[in-house]
Amino acid sequence: MGIEEKLPSGVLLTSVEKAAGWARARSVWPATFGLACCAIELFQTGGPKHDLARFGMERASNTPRQADLMIVAGRLSQKMAPVTRQIYDQMADPKWVISMGVCASSGGMFNNYAIVQGVDHIIPVDIYLPGCPPRPEMLLDAILKLHDKIMNMKLGKNRDREITELENARLGLRPLHLAEPAEADL
Amino acid sequence: MSGPDQPPKASPEETQGSEAPQGPEPPAGGASPAETDGNLPARLGEERLNAPVIRQGMFGVQGTPDTSGYGLLRVHKAPPLHSERPYGSYFDEIADALGGALEAAGLGFSDAIERVVVDRGEITFHVRRERLTEVATKLRDDPALRFELCSGVSGVHYPDEGGRELHAVYHMLSITHNRRVRLEVSVPDADPHVPSLVAVYPTCDWHERETWDFFGIIFDGHPALTRIEMPDDWKGHPQRKDYPLGGIPVEYRGAKIPAPDERRHYS
Amino acid sequence: MTAGQMPHAAAGASDAEAAEGRVYTVSGEDWDEIVAAANEARDFESGERIVINMGPQHPSTHGVLRLVLTLEGETVAEVRPAVGYLHTGIEKNMEYRTWTQGVTFCTRADYLMPIFNETAYCLAVERLLGIEDRIPERAQIIRVLMMELNRISSHLGGIAPMGLELGATTIYTQGARLRERALDLLELITGLRMNHAFIRPGGVAQDLPPGALEAIRVFLDETPELMHQLHTLIDANPIFIGRNKNIAYLDLEGCMALGVTGPMLRATGLPWDLRKSQPYCGYESYDFDVPIRDTCDAYGRYLIRMDEIDESLKIIRQCADRVAARGSVDSDPVMIRDAKIGWPAQLSLGPDGLGPSPQHIAHIMGQSMEALIHHFKLITEGFRVPAGQAYAAIESPRGELAAHVVSDGGTRPYRVHLRDPSFTHLQSVAAMCEGGFVADLIPAIASIDPVMGGVDR
Repeated sequence: MGIEEKLPSGVLLTSVEKAAGWARARSVWPATFGLACCAIELFQTGGPKHDLARFGMERASNTPRQADLMIVAGRLSQKMAPVTRQIYDQMADPKWVISMGVCASSGGMFNNYAIVQGVDHIIPVDIYLPGCPPRPEMLLDAILKLHDKIMNMKLGKNRDREITELENARLGLRPLHLAEPAEADL
Repeated sequence: MSGPDQPPKASPEETQGSEAPQGPEPPAGGASPAETDGNLPARLGEERLNAPVIRQGMFGVQGTPDTSGYGLLRVHKAPPLHSERPYGSYFDEIADALGGALEAAGLGFSDAIERVVVDRGEITFHVRRERLTEVATKLRDDPALRFELCSGVSGVHYPDEGGRELHAVYHMLSITHNRRVRLEVSVPDADPHVPSLVAVYPTCDWHERETWDFFGIIFDGHPALTRIEMPDDWKGHPQRKDYPLGGIPVEYRGAKIPAPDERRHYS
Repeated sequence: MTAGQMPHAAAGASDAEAAEGRVYTVSGEDWDEIVAAANEARDFESGERIVINMGPQHPSTHGVLRLVLTLEGETVAEVRPAVGYLHTGIEKNMEYRTWTQGVTFCTRADYLMPIFNETAYCLAVERLLGIEDRIPERAQIIRVLMMELNRISSHLGGIAPMGLELGATTIYTQGARLRERALDLLELITGLRMNHAFIRPGGVAQDLPPGALEAIRVFLDETPELMHQLHTLIDANPIFIGRNKNIAYLDLEGCMALGVTGPMLRATGLPWDLRKSQPYCGYESYDFDVPIRDTCDAYGRYLIRMDEIDESLKIIRQCADRVAARGSVDSDPVMIRDAKIGWPAQLSLGPDGLGPSPQHIAHIMGQSMEALIHHFKLITEGFRVPAGQAYAAIESPRGELAAHVVSDGGTRPYRVHLRDPSFTHLQSVAAMCEGGFVADLIPAIASIDPVMGGVDR
């Protein structure tokens, strides 16, 4: 944009969406939702070596009402599932979910009666982070990817359109074991 | 040091698909092995051949037209473990002290204890369920026994042992004498009641709830026998052998692998 | 309670029976009398006694623990812990995997002390196999080394959140900083920071990598200074002392009745430590003390944990010295040399990643058919364990951790039960906290240091 060069210094031009995304991404408050082993790595990520405070995220919001990000860290048992949904519902929009670890993403190594096979059975997930448990650096990578996603999130009518497009794309996905060889291009 | 009566291990015990486990202490049908000549090889061999067959065939897949594998192996159920005196190490002292304490209370040793097994450096008293509370109280209070700490109860389910499917296993520790002992109570599926030891060892509270939750063993006298690990309205007792593992098939690109308990296995 | 009875009442103070109920006028230095009068008046009707649910999602319950509290004001009248929110079915899952694969499951039970879970399970399996005295000495030394490293990281993993829950975030960051160093060392040796699956039936998975001994020495040299910093930060802090001293009292009788072991039992003055009384893995040959206190309170337990970290450092030093004094791997295996049990492959890093070493492949493919068969059988179906049951107990950072393993003679466990100390200790919350304040619940639970993975398995 040539116009910015002609403005006096100290003035930036941007769009409302970008400004909102920038503000939202810079101070995401996670809800303390550490369940199992991944919670320990989450706890280490908050420590001085891998510092969550540099993203403004060390202030974990214990109350979901003020939280933006739910990092489901650990295996989600059947007994805990309604609680998870309730906490998610209590969070105010905009909210995002990182499912940290393989147990939260897909049930992990516990393919049995007691574990929900992927937290996306009950809440919508933005970033899936594999690992058993994922290292703090991996968690930081996931958080950075989430920041990118947040920064590029649209507002208003654009957002509605974005949601419709994403939904249509997802509805077109077939189960992996049924994908025809000719279409398997991913 | 361990009992002379080890179960005869049929060594290349390869079986096909079904999980037909050979419980370590299955009951002998009517009488326990005769006290006098129970250890003679010929008698043991006869007993073994008369016992039911629990595994047939070696490796190979069952339930398909696949005929590879070896089908002529027959593995019989081993007779129950039963150790004879002397048990070795400190086990004799425990058994004597327990016998003395029970007799002082007017109970015979074999009224309360069905069988004693000394195996791998550990002693197990198989207690009749009616006498469990008395035995536990004696173990806790008698100065020669003094098993102050109960590590808890856990259950084991042997669906093949008709009439004695559910076992509740208690481990006790004596800090005074630095000893360990195990109590095992067997109850049938049809009547899974065991007296609760919460009055004797309060620590058994949650352990008994867990055993009820997972196996369906009902502890009579427990103050609040409710589910502890599973959700309160769960149906079924998950760690029983007839309860499925409950997994879902795993999807890959181009294949769907069944859950772990439904896959075929070759051993 | 009239104005005349209040000793410090100012001239105009009075009380009156207003329409809503008794009215108390507070005039200074008479708080105790007011509270006593209120208690006497039995004003605790249904509106005054509240039932509050704390958890399962809560910052200070050490995981997904739910506490149902009945409160009278700030006093806890009843507390009932509800667990099971992390139940994973680990024990049932182990019945569908081989004996060696079972290690990867049981290691995730109590996830702050994975090495201890593995060791308890492997000791029980080895007892069933009858190979307890044939485990190579180097493997035993490495086991002790790993266990003590894990003890340090576990205690710090308990002390750091203890500070966080009390609102002292510096304790948390400093504890996390020190814990990071222990995790770095664990990662260097096992490849993972947690849930290592390193201790296997028959020995350990791999020998110490090159550079491990130097890293251990650096750790041993630098940690005492960092521990000293932690001590300076925490020990004499009046707020920490105020919140932990004489809180969560559980004496010896209570511990025995409730089956409590570990630092909670040693805080009552009883020096019971399974490493000393029923040693395993060669602990009888190491020189260390068992710290005890006799205050039976949360502060005593905290001090014991800090002292145990120092003792662990001592033991690690002895382990490192012993390993350094031994030879190379070929003559000094870390896995039992029994072809029917010991994991066959000596692993090495090749161009395509970690796998069996070229020497091992040459051996099984070129030199020994029998070795190839053993390798194949061990990896596909695993070894067979003779029928029987065993119970192996070890001294974990939280108390007596034991594995009760039942075998039916096959390649898979028939039943594995992990007797977890946190499960037993959580029963004592009611005994320790009823009658105290709500705020005392937090340090009480922190002093038990429960890990819900172990509680719920």
